[in-house]
Amino acid sequence: MSELSELQSATDAHVRSKRTVLPEKWFAAFLIGPALLFILVIVAWPLAETVRLSFMEAGLGGEEYVGLANYEELLESKRFHQTVLRTFYWMFISVGLKLVLGLIGAMLLNAAIPGRGLFRVLIMPPWVIPIAVGCVGWLWLYNGQFGVLSGAGQYLGILDGPYEFLAYKRSAFYSAVVTDVWVGTPMVTLFLLAAMQGVSRDLYEAAWVDGAGRCYRFRRITIPQIMPVLVTMALYSAIFTFNSFDIIWILTQGGPRGASTTLIIDTYKVAIGNYKFGEGAARVVVIVILLSAFAAVYMILLNKLLRRYGSK
Amino acid sequence: MGANKMMDRYTKLQTVGLYAAIAVFLLFMLLPFLEMFLTSLRPLQHLFRRPYQFWSEDFSFDAYSDMWVTVPLLGRYIFNSIFIATSVTFLTMIFVVPAAYAYARLDFPFKSASLAGFLAVNMFAGAVLLIPLYRVLRMMGLLNTYWAMIVPGVAFLIPTGIWLLRSYLEKIPRELEEAAFVDGASRMYTLRRVVLPLATPGLIVVGVTVFISAYSQQFIFAITFNQTRELQPLPAGLYEFIGYQSVTWNEMMAAALVGVLPVMVVFLFLQKYLVAGLTAGAVKE
Repeated sequence: MSELSELQSATDAHVRSKRTVLPEKWFAAFLIGPALLFILVIVAWPLAETVRLSFMEAGLGGEEYVGLANYEELLESKRFHQTVLRTFYWMFISVGLKLVLGLIGAMLLNAAIPGRGLFRVLIMPPWVIPIAVGCVGWLWLYNGQFGVLSGAGQYLGILDGPYEFLAYKRSAFYSAVVTDVWVGTPMVTLFLLAAMQGVSRDLYEAAWVDGAGRCYRFRRITIPQIMPVLVTMALYSAIFTFNSFDIIWILTQGGPRGASTTLIIDTYKVAIGNYKFGEGAARVVVIVILLSAFAAVYMILLNKLLRRYGSK
Repeated sequence: MGANKMMDRYTKLQTVGLYAAIAVFLLFMLLPFLEMFLTSLRPLQHLFRRPYQFWSEDFSFDAYSDMWVTVPLLGRYIFNSIFIATSVTFLTMIFVVPAAYAYARLDFPFKSASLAGFLAVNMFAGAVLLIPLYRVLRMMGLLNTYWAMIVPGVAFLIPTGIWLLRSYLEKIPRELEEAAFVDGASRMYTLRRVVLPLATPGLIVVGVTVFISAYSQQFIFAITFNQTRELQPLPAGLYEFIGYQSVTWNEMMAAALVGVLPVMVVFLFLQKYLVAGLTAGAVKE
């Protein structure tokens, strides 16, 4: 391998790069085109159609232009306001729990103890199996007559009789939260674990040499180092939780008496359940606006936070 | 490593505490499966006994044979689930592989904008798009066909696939492709003969991730876009165990566990690559 051949290939690369400037653009279009087209037809077009539909009174029969009527109705509806608030409450509490549990889980699985490889596999099933199937399991756990939770509560003397977790307003909502947390935690755990393992050992060793304790190292090294992953996970988790449908639908269908109705459930009931496409479409538009606003605010806060922590 | 071992040594008490905490964490993650399994072993009349019993002596595997009689189409549902998930995975990969390569290697206008656009789809994934999709699929005459469950699945998984595969492809050294170019190979040839073989582990990781997600998503599409009984995937079909008079819980649990076997098997064989592949993208950012 002489300098000459290196020079030769460098020249080749240079010539080639000049030659392929134009084709590269078209080659990229050729590669991405199909995926883009598919998304445009199946996602973007329907979404645009939804915006149009939100100004219509539309059902199975036909559609009629009604202007902002659908939106006015939502603005005035107290029930809808409650649903919006409930959805954000649902999102914050569920995501908060997922992050806390995920952080605890990642710390536990990051500990240098035998068997941790197996433990890492064992936490994954809630994520791997279909949510709908996992929910059947939870439906069973929450069952008042035969469920193990009701059974254990009675056995321990906390409950004085069979307790139907999904039949009462408060417990139905929080039962759905628990199941949502159960589904979402493995993913958060896994990503935080990966982030923890990506932290340079030198930092810990230097701190250890300086006599820093475990708690100090965790607060001052681990947390700041995994902060970028933590906040990214929070946003992803928030969007998925906001849109979480299967869990609530299977466990409570939004009940009892609307206690677990989030925006998604409400939209589904109105549009697909009652064929009121126009009113449903207006709700979809509201959801998209709320989610976009949330994501935007989040990104701004995120940038500030990251700058303060001084990472990247 | 040596210094690390010294640093991270736990006292006996701490070790016991760690294992106890892990046990509680795992119990939360596995409790539903544990209870589903125990229920599938219980004869139905046992479930009505009072007071509640955690354990019983009359465990049997009868539910695993009876369930095929109670829900005659059960085998069909499991087949449908596998068929839909496999089709979604196959189609998604056809769209994802070229696009991910372009994002990993090529320079072109609107690169980051279009990538962000793909990612934004994730934001609307799921129930938000159900209504517009319902109308589009109705217009195309695809309601109540396999396509009604396959097409939305593909659309929602393309962005995830591109995102994951792109970060994988970026880790393959460019020099190998450069060498092929120097030898006069075309870009397409290089993609097929150099990049894809090297990317096989990554393709498997992304494929498995897509498969698992596709398997999981079926419920919502099935109940919304499909009224044909013969085409139901397992998650929707499970509800047939809820009869007019009674629910055969034990058989329902048995069917649910048998139904997730395919995806669990795929996961167990490939979990090592899967965990590594998924987290690789996260650590980078």
